[in-house]
Amino acid sequence: MVADGILLKVKGLTKKFPGVIALDGVDIEARAGEIHGICGENGAGKSTLIKMLTGAHTPDSGTIEFDGVTYTSLDPRRAMGIGIGCIYQELNLIPHLTVAENIFLGREMYLAESLNILDRGQMNAKAAELLADLGLAVSPTARLGTLGVGHQQMIEICRAVWSNAKLIIMDEPTSSLSEKEAHDLFRVMAQMKARGVAILFISHRLDEVRDNCDTVTVMRDGRSIESFAMKERSVADIIQLMVGRSIQNKYPKEPAPQGDVILSVRNLNRKGVLHDISFDLRAGEVLGFAGLVGAGRTETARAITGADPYDSGAIEVFGKPVKIRQPLDSIDAGIAFLTENRKEQGLILIQSVAFNATIVKMHKYGKAGWLSLGRIKETARKVCAEMRLKTSGMDMLVGKLSGGNQQKVVIAKWLLSNAKIFIFDEPTRGIDVGAKVEVYKLINQLVANGAGVIIICSEMEEVMGMADRILVMHEGEITGEMTQQEATQEKIMYAASGFKQAS
Amino acid sequence: MSNDVLTNNGKLPAEKAVGKSAAMTEKLYQLGVLLSLLLLCAVMTALSPRFLTMDNLMNVASQAAVSAIVSIGMFLAILTAGIDLSVGSVLALSAMMMGIASDRWGLGPYASMLVCLGSGALLGLVNGLLLTKLRLPHPFISTLGMQKMARGIALFVTAAAPISMFPDEIQYLGNNSIGQVPVSFILVAILYVGMYFFLTRTSTGRYIYAVGGNKEAARLSGIKVNSILNLVYTISGLTAALAGLVLAGRVNAVYPLAGLDYETDAIAAVIIGGASFFGGVGSIANTIIGVLLIAVLRNGLNLLNVDSAFQTFAIGAVIVVAVAVDVLRQNVMKSGR
Repeated sequence: MVADGILLKVKGLTKKFPGVIALDGVDIEARAGEIHGICGENGAGKSTLIKMLTGAHTPDSGTIEFDGVTYTSLDPRRAMGIGIGCIYQELNLIPHLTVAENIFLGREMYLAESLNILDRGQMNAKAAELLADLGLAVSPTARLGTLGVGHQQMIEICRAVWSNAKLIIMDEPTSSLSEKEAHDLFRVMAQMKARGVAILFISHRLDEVRDNCDTVTVMRDGRSIESFAMKERSVADIIQLMVGRSIQNKYPKEPAPQGDVILSVRNLNRKGVLHDISFDLRAGEVLGFAGLVGAGRTETARAITGADPYDSGAIEVFGKPVKIRQPLDSIDAGIAFLTENRKEQGLILIQSVAFNATIVKMHKYGKAGWLSLGRIKETARKVCAEMRLKTSGMDMLVGKLSGGNQQKVVIAKWLLSNAKIFIFDEPTRGIDVGAKVEVYKLINQLVANGAGVIIICSEMEEVMGMADRILVMHEGEITGEMTQQEATQEKIMYAASGFKQAS
Repeated sequence: MSNDVLTNNGKLPAEKAVGKSAAMTEKLYQLGVLLSLLLLCAVMTALSPRFLTMDNLMNVASQAAVSAIVSIGMFLAILTAGIDLSVGSVLALSAMMMGIASDRWGLGPYASMLVCLGSGALLGLVNGLLLTKLRLPHPFISTLGMQKMARGIALFVTAAAPISMFPDEIQYLGNNSIGQVPVSFILVAILYVGMYFFLTRTSTGRYIYAVGGNKEAARLSGIKVNSILNLVYTISGLTAALAGLVLAGRVNAVYPLAGLDYETDAIAAVIIGGASFFGGVGSIANTIIGVLLIAVLRNGLNLLNVDSAFQTFAIGAVIVVAVAVDVLRQNVMKSGR
């Protein structure tokens, strides 16, 4: 251990991906025996930072000093070897094995190592000891899969402890935990801290950061903005630092006259996912859904469009109640769902532009069951020309197009479905700036023609720039509602962090 | 601004080039399969004077007919990223049912043929439902189960005895010719042309490609994926039964071990014909070329009196080569992306 207690010293860490600077000179210091919170919006660079520390990515420049040794890069084995452990959002455990087997996975104890004979007795005893140390009432011989998520996470922590980790990184560890489980986790974290372990705690829940962290570093746009002792600052300060900059006017928003309610959702519930979601959408309105990744926005859209089932709730389209059991029902009602993952859910990459554009109710383009290939191509050509799609022809495979042009094919497909309600999930993700502006203009055009648009955006600027009204979600609930005029990044952030009174 | 966007997009030329090269690779492969078939015919002609005679060619056509019909269903299954391992057994059981209907129940020839086709369609539908309703993880498993079950029933219903001596109507498809052209070959031609139009000119046909290309995108586009899959496996059962009908006519008998291993020949034909195991890609027109390639290879080796052990080996080698070429083609397409 170094004299001043500093265990981890990240200096000037930089990582560029094609077209994006993911990390831009990040500095972070963490001491042994402290819980260090890292806060930032989606895309601020937190995950990239973790990947550098665990060796999943190699930095372009900068250094990682750990336990007195300076590294320019790490690989996963070395990171583990020098004592950096990481608890990921998705657990890396094997449900069919026992608790003890999981704890010692890859680092088993042997009776006779050359004969590959395990010492189960010793492993179980040692596991029991570790579990008792952390105050966990779990049997080492229980099958892991029978435990709750919270306990499984504790087993991951036991693994890290057993490997003598000096630094444990926790990436959104409480996102799938109940309140009680989260409480247990914080107790265990406090114990780890008392043993001199450093913890990097990444959480979107700022109240957790406030209550449990000793120091906090705020990241924004790939940079570390400021580090400070938590007791000297408030949650409001963190939010202020997280959102930082002012919005530049890169959103060509044109408000449209608003008409009647065309989509009305009441008390939509899906167990463990959505809780009493109610809202209205008017003709001519752009309604933004803000919130953090995993807040339930995509899940709301999927329930409304029949992509996922819902348990209870009422949906009215144009004043008529509709029962939506499958995607076709919502399409028939006039709802279009432009999914977040174009490649996985929106397009058939190995098919042509014309095929993809006309896939919804393709039978429209024919007579007596026979399709008119000419009409399909002509229809596709027309709508693609309107959207200025760049392609060598309607027979071009969609998989060969750029992200922006692929998104245009998705939009073309739904324009041709005669939808009146368009739900865009992250409409501009992964497309370049020019194409983004075109997508915004198309949204303007849709509402000008009397359609209603819902946009789900993780970029706060985008939702504030384009939406007439914003709903904020947190853990499957709507926690805030504001007009474009009322909205500030701070208000959205408060609501998105689960503070209901958005003031 | 809009003009900026228009001119700023410098990606167009590159995309165009890539698109072309991928399409070229695809076309080259198809051309390659056709050329291989022609080359094989040329070699056989050179090696055996009997190969290029009307008699022999018609013999190839009639022998290929059964496999060609089975391959239609297999092609559809593979097009949806699935497989139908039960076609050989479904062929046998459907034909046995026809034999029982005609011989034991005393049904007329047309009613018996309906029993045959109905049995095949029903077995195929069960395959589909096992996949879509019972949600077995992959059609490999459901159709493997059906393969064993159908074969078992086929053996059980007559205590493994064959049934022979059918009325002329039943024999017609498998045993007659119009001029020198076997009726079965004409049937194959009609089926393939019909299937070609079904797949390219009806929305249901296009949806089969859509489901094979991306199941989730198809579902979210309002396509009833499960109905499409049920239909595909029903058609596969139906074509297997029709093949059984042709086979029964040709040999004037039905027997419980008919169609043994036909699924592997059908898979080979479909894959040689350029369909992708990952689904969504392939043309029925190429499937018939794959069928003919295997049939000519078999026939030629027979004419040359080559040991049947080597024939089996040769078919296997052709499959491996065809799939290896397919993988290379996929890699070329991917690297172009």
